[in-house]
Amino acid sequence: MARVDTDRVHVLGVRHHGPGSARAVAAELERLRPDLVLIEGPPEADQLTRLVGEGLEPPVALLAYVPGEPARAAFWPFAVFSPEWVALRHAADHGVEVRFCDLPAAHTLAEPEAADSAEAAGGTPGGGGADGESGAGGGTAPAEADGPGGADTPLPAAGPDTGDDAHRRVTDPLGVLAEAAGYGDPERWWDEVVEGRETGPDTPSPFPAIAEAMAAVRADLGTGLSGAAAEREARREAHMRQVLRKALREDHRRIAVVCGAWHVPALLEHPRVSEDTALLRGLPKAKVAATWIPWTHGRLAAASGYRAGVRAPGWYHHLFTSPDRPVERWLAEAGRRLRERDQPVSSAHVIEAVRLTQTLAVLRGRPLAGLEEVADAVESVLCEGARTRAELLHRDMVVGERLGSVPEHTPMVPLQRDLAAQQKRVRLQPSATPRDLDLDLREDNGRRRSVLLHRLRLLGVNWGSPQRSGTGSKGTFRESWRLEWAPELDLSLIEAGVWGTDVESAATARVRARADGADLPTLTALAEKCLHADLTGAIGGVLAALTARAAEDTDIERLMAALPPLARSVRYGDVRKSDSAALHRVAAELLARVCAGLAPALTGLDDAAAAAMVRAIDAVQGAAVLLGGEPESDWLDTLGAVAVRDSAPGRVAGRANRILHDAGRLDDSTLAVRMTRATSRGVEPARAAAWLEGFLSGSGLLLVHDTALLALVDRWLAGLSGEAFTEVLPLVRRTFGSFATPERRAIGEQVRRLDSPGASGGAEAAPDDLDPRRAAPAVAAVAELLGLAAPVPG
Amino acid sequence: MSHPATGAALRPHAEQSYADELAALERADSRPRPPGWRMSPWAVTQYILGGKLDDGTEITPKYIGHRRVVEIAVATLATDRALLLLGVPGTAKTWLSEHLAAAISGDSTLLVQGTAGTAEEAIRYGWNYARLLAEGPSQAALVPSPVMTAMADGRLARVEELTRIPSDVQDALITVLSEKALPVPELSTEVQAQRGFNVIATANDRDRGVNDLSSALRRRFNTVVLPVPATIDEEIDIVTRRVADLGRSLELPEVPTSLAEIRRVVTVFRELRQGVTADGKAKVKSPSGTLSTAEAISVVTNGIALAAHFGDGTLRPADVAAGIHGAVVQDPVSDSVVWREYLETVARERDGWDGFYRACREVSR
Repeated sequence: MARVDTDRVHVLGVRHHGPGSARAVAAELERLRPDLVLIEGPPEADQLTRLVGEGLEPPVALLAYVPGEPARAAFWPFAVFSPEWVALRHAADHGVEVRFCDLPAAHTLAEPEAADSAEAAGGTPGGGGADGESGAGGGTAPAEADGPGGADTPLPAAGPDTGDDAHRRVTDPLGVLAEAAGYGDPERWWDEVVEGRETGPDTPSPFPAIAEAMAAVRADLGTGLSGAAAEREARREAHMRQVLRKALREDHRRIAVVCGAWHVPALLEHPRVSEDTALLRGLPKAKVAATWIPWTHGRLAAASGYRAGVRAPGWYHHLFTSPDRPVERWLAEAGRRLRERDQPVSSAHVIEAVRLTQTLAVLRGRPLAGLEEVADAVESVLCEGARTRAELLHRDMVVGERLGSVPEHTPMVPLQRDLAAQQKRVRLQPSATPRDLDLDLREDNGRRRSVLLHRLRLLGVNWGSPQRSGTGSKGTFRESWRLEWAPELDLSLIEAGVWGTDVESAATARVRARADGADLPTLTALAEKCLHADLTGAIGGVLAALTARAAEDTDIERLMAALPPLARSVRYGDVRKSDSAALHRVAAELLARVCAGLAPALTGLDDAAAAAMVRAIDAVQGAAVLLGGEPESDWLDTLGAVAVRDSAPGRVAGRANRILHDAGRLDDSTLAVRMTRATSRGVEPARAAAWLEGFLSGSGLLLVHDTALLALVDRWLAGLSGEAFTEVLPLVRRTFGSFATPERRAIGEQVRRLDSPGASGGAEAAPDDLDPRRAAPAVAAVAELLGLAAPVPG
Repeated sequence: MSHPATGAALRPHAEQSYADELAALERADSRPRPPGWRMSPWAVTQYILGGKLDDGTEITPKYIGHRRVVEIAVATLATDRALLLLGVPGTAKTWLSEHLAAAISGDSTLLVQGTAGTAEEAIRYGWNYARLLAEGPSQAALVPSPVMTAMADGRLARVEELTRIPSDVQDALITVLSEKALPVPELSTEVQAQRGFNVIATANDRDRGVNDLSSALRRRFNTVVLPVPATIDEEIDIVTRRVADLGRSLELPEVPTSLAEIRRVVTVFRELRQGVTADGKAKVKSPSGTLSTAEAISVVTNGIALAAHFGDGTLRPADVAAGIHGAVVQDPVSDSVVWREYLETVARERDGWDGFYRACREVSR
C-alpha cells in the first residue's frame, strides 16, 4: 500500500445527487483550482464533456449503449445539484480538462450475465423493467433493459426499499451514516453535521473528514458484498486508480477527483500497480457509443425505478438553488401553489407553517427542520388537515418535475438511429414539405407504416397527423395521414429518448407511464392507441388498469363513454391481425358493468340528461353489436327491462323499445300495444312526447326507407280513437317537426304509397315502367357482387 | 375550582389519575419549558407516548399510534397556535386533548362542551343576575367562562365538539385566538391571556349537519387528523389498556381478561369497519355505525361487568355478544341484515368461533 501524494491529488468524496456535497465541491474546486478534474463516470463520454459549456441544461443523463442493441444501455443522470455536474461545470467555466474515471461502459455492458444477475441495476426509464419482449430484433434482451450500473454508481444499489444494506452502504454511505444518526433527511444531516449551519468562505473543507470517516467505515465493516458484486467493485476502483496514475504520470500538478464517498479510501491508498492491472486484464469488451440525453426529475426520483436515485429531487434542487432560508422559501412556494388552486392560503398561514416546522424540529431534537417537518406543516397548517390535498401538493413539489435539454449538435440518441433505420425499412423518408399519405392496412407495409406513425404520436413526435378522424367507423382498413417533418420534431425525439432506446420500447414505456393514474376514458383511448401502434407490451398493463378503474368507477356515464372506443378497438384489432381476445374480454366485462348499473342510473334524469343518456345508449348499442354474442344479448335483455319500466324517462324507454324492435326482439303487435300505452291518456303528455321522440329520434330518413317501421307508426296512428288522436297530435307534431322539411315531404309521399292498393308488398313492388334491357347490366353487376349466377338477359 | 377527594370520583381527571407520572416527569425534566408550561414539550410527548424515565418511573402510554401526530400536536401548542383535533368518533380526540391539557397546564377541567345549545356565555362570560340587578355591572357579578379563566391563569382551555356549536358562537373564539384578549365592555376592562394560554378543540368529521368552521376561525387552528388504529395489534393493545384502566376506576371485580375475547371483538369491529375480512379474502358489508375503538372498549368493559356480576367470573363470548350486537346494529333494519350476513358467512366458518357464533345468534334471535 502506498499513500498517494495528497498535495497533488485531492479526492472529494460526495453523496451522489447530494446538494450539500455539490455546494462543498463547488467551494473546494474554487479553492483548489485544479488543472485536471476526474469524475466517476464512463470514460467513453470524455469527448462529450465539451458540451457542458455549450447548452446542456440539467437534468441530463449520459447514455452509454451498444449500437444496434438498444436494450443494452446504461444511464448516468446529472441534476443541477449533483456534485458531478458541479465539477463538470467548474471545469467548463475554467477551461480545465475533465476525464471520467470509472470502469468503461465497454466492459460493464459487455458482460451478458450482468443484466441477469441480481446486481444489474436501474429499472427501465419506463419504470417497468419488464421490457424483455421489446428487445430489438428479438433474442434474449436482458430483463433489465437499462443494463448494468444504471447509475453513476454502477454498483446498482438494490434500493433502500429492498433493504439491501450492503449495496446501500456502497452507493450511499453518507446516507446510511445520517440514518444511523437519526436523521430522516440525509441532506439536512449534511447541513448540520458536515457543514455546520451556514457555508461561508471560511468553512473548513469537509472532505478530509469524509475520507477519514469512510476509511474507518471500510475498515470496520468491509463492503459487505460478495461474489461477482465484490469483484466488480474491486475492478471499478482499480480502474479509477489506473486513470489517476496515468494523470500523475502526465505531470498534472493538481488533480481533483470527484467520486462517491465510499471510494475515497481506495483512491488514497494505492496497492501495487501489478495487482490492479491483473484485476483489469482480460475483461470482455463491447463496442459502445455514448451521448447526452435530456432527463427529468421524475426519472431521477427513486420512485420511477432508477434505484440509485433520490427520493426528493425537487427538494434537493430547492436546497441547492435557494440562496438562503430554504424552509421559508419552500413553504411560501407551497402557499403560492395552493392559492393557484383556489385554496385560501394567506401569508399568516405560511408564517405559522414556518413556526411549526421550527418547533417540530426542536421537539424532534434536530437543529434544522427537514423535509419531514415541512411535510407535516404543509398538512397541518397550509392544508388545514386535508391529507390528500397535502400529499398531492407535496408529491408535486418533492419531485419538482423539470425536463433537461441538450444542444443541437449532441450526437444522435439511439432512438433517433432506430427511427432512421425504421424509416428506411418502411420506405418513408422525412421531408419538411407536407404530403398526404393513404395507407391500406391490409398490406404489410401499410400496416408497418401506420404502426410507426402511431408509435411516434404516442411519443409526442407528431410527424404524421391523421386526416379524417382515425377513429371513424368507416373504412377500418384505410388510414389517411398528412406527413410533415418539422425541425422541432428532432428535439421531441431527443426528449422522448428518456423513455427508451428504440421506438417500440419507448412508446411502450410512455404508454405505461400515462396509464398510471389515468381515468377511464383516457385508458380506453390509450388501449385503442396501443392497438393502432401495435404495442403488445403495453396493452396488457393498460387493460389491467382499465379493469381496475372500471371496478371502482361508479359513474355509469363514464363507463358508457369508455365502451365504444374499446369495442371499436376489438373490431380494429381484427383488421390489424393482432390478438384482441384480451381486449374483447375487457370490453365484455365493461359492458356487463354497464348492464348492471344502467337501471339505477335512469331514475331522476331531467330531459337534457335523458337526451344525453339516449345518445350514450345508442353508442353502447353500437358497441354491443360489434362485440356480438352473449354480451350483446345481455345488453338487449337489460334494455328489455328498461323498455317496460315506468320509472325510466320516456325518452329512454322509447329508445329502448326502438332498439329492441330493430334487433328483432320485439314483434310489431307488442310494439304497437306499447306505443299506444305510452301515448295513452293516463300518461303525462310531456312523457308521451319524450317517448315518441326517443323512439323516432334522428330517424326521419329512416322512416322514408324502412317501410315496415313506417307502416307500424302509421297503423298505430290510424288505430287511435278520434279523441286519443287529438291528444296525441301535438306530440307527434313535435316529433315530426324536428325532421328536416324534405324528409317530412318524403315521409308523406311514402305514406301515400303505403295506402295505395297493391303497395302491401312494400316498396319492392315492381313499377310498370321497368325497362329490362336497360336494367340488365346493373342486375348482372349486382349478381356478380353477390356471387350469384349471372341471370340470362331476357 | 377545588378537586374533591379523587377516591370517590367515578372518573378521575387525567391529572389526578396520573399525578405520580406527571410529578416524576416534572422532576426529571431538565429541558427548557415554554412560559406557562409545567414541563417541556419533549416531556409532554413522553407523557403521552410512554417510556421509562432515568429514575425508573414507568410512564404508561396514553395514546398509542403515530408519534408524528403527537409531535405535531405538542409543537402546535408550543407555537401559541390553537390545536384542532379532527377525526371520526372514537379516535381518542377527547382523550388526547385531556392528557395534553393535564400535562401542559396540570389542569384538564377548563372545558366547554360544544352542543347546538352552547351559548356565547360559555366562551366569553356570563352574569350573576341577582348581583347584576342589585349592584349593577361589577367584577363580582361577572361569571367567567372556562375560556376566560384559562386566559387569566395562562392555562389550556378545551372545546369539545367545536363543530356542534352554532356558527355565531364559534366566532366568539376568533377574538380570543387572534387578539389573545377578551374585552368586557360593560366594565370597560378586558382579560388579557397570560402566557401558557391556548385552546385545544376537537371536532368530528363524520357527522353531518354540523356547523363548519368559518375560514377565519379555521386558519387560527393547526389541524391534526387522528387516524383509526393502523393494525389489529395496535388496536388490541389500546382496548386492553383502556379496559384495564376503566375496570380499575370502576372497581369492577377482577376478571381474568381473556386476550382471545378482546382479539375477537376487535377483529369483528375492524372487519365490519373496513368491509373486508382480516385475511382480505372476503368482502363484508359495513353497518351504518362507526364501530370505533372506543365502542370496542365499552363492549369489552360491559362484558367484564356482566361476567363479574352474573357470569362465572371469566369473560365468555356470551358476555360480549349483547354488547357487540348493540354496537353494530344501530339501524334496526339495514344493520341487522349486515350483522346476520356477517355471522352466517364469516363468524360461522371460523375455527374456535363456535361459542361466539351461537351466543350472537341467541341475542339476535
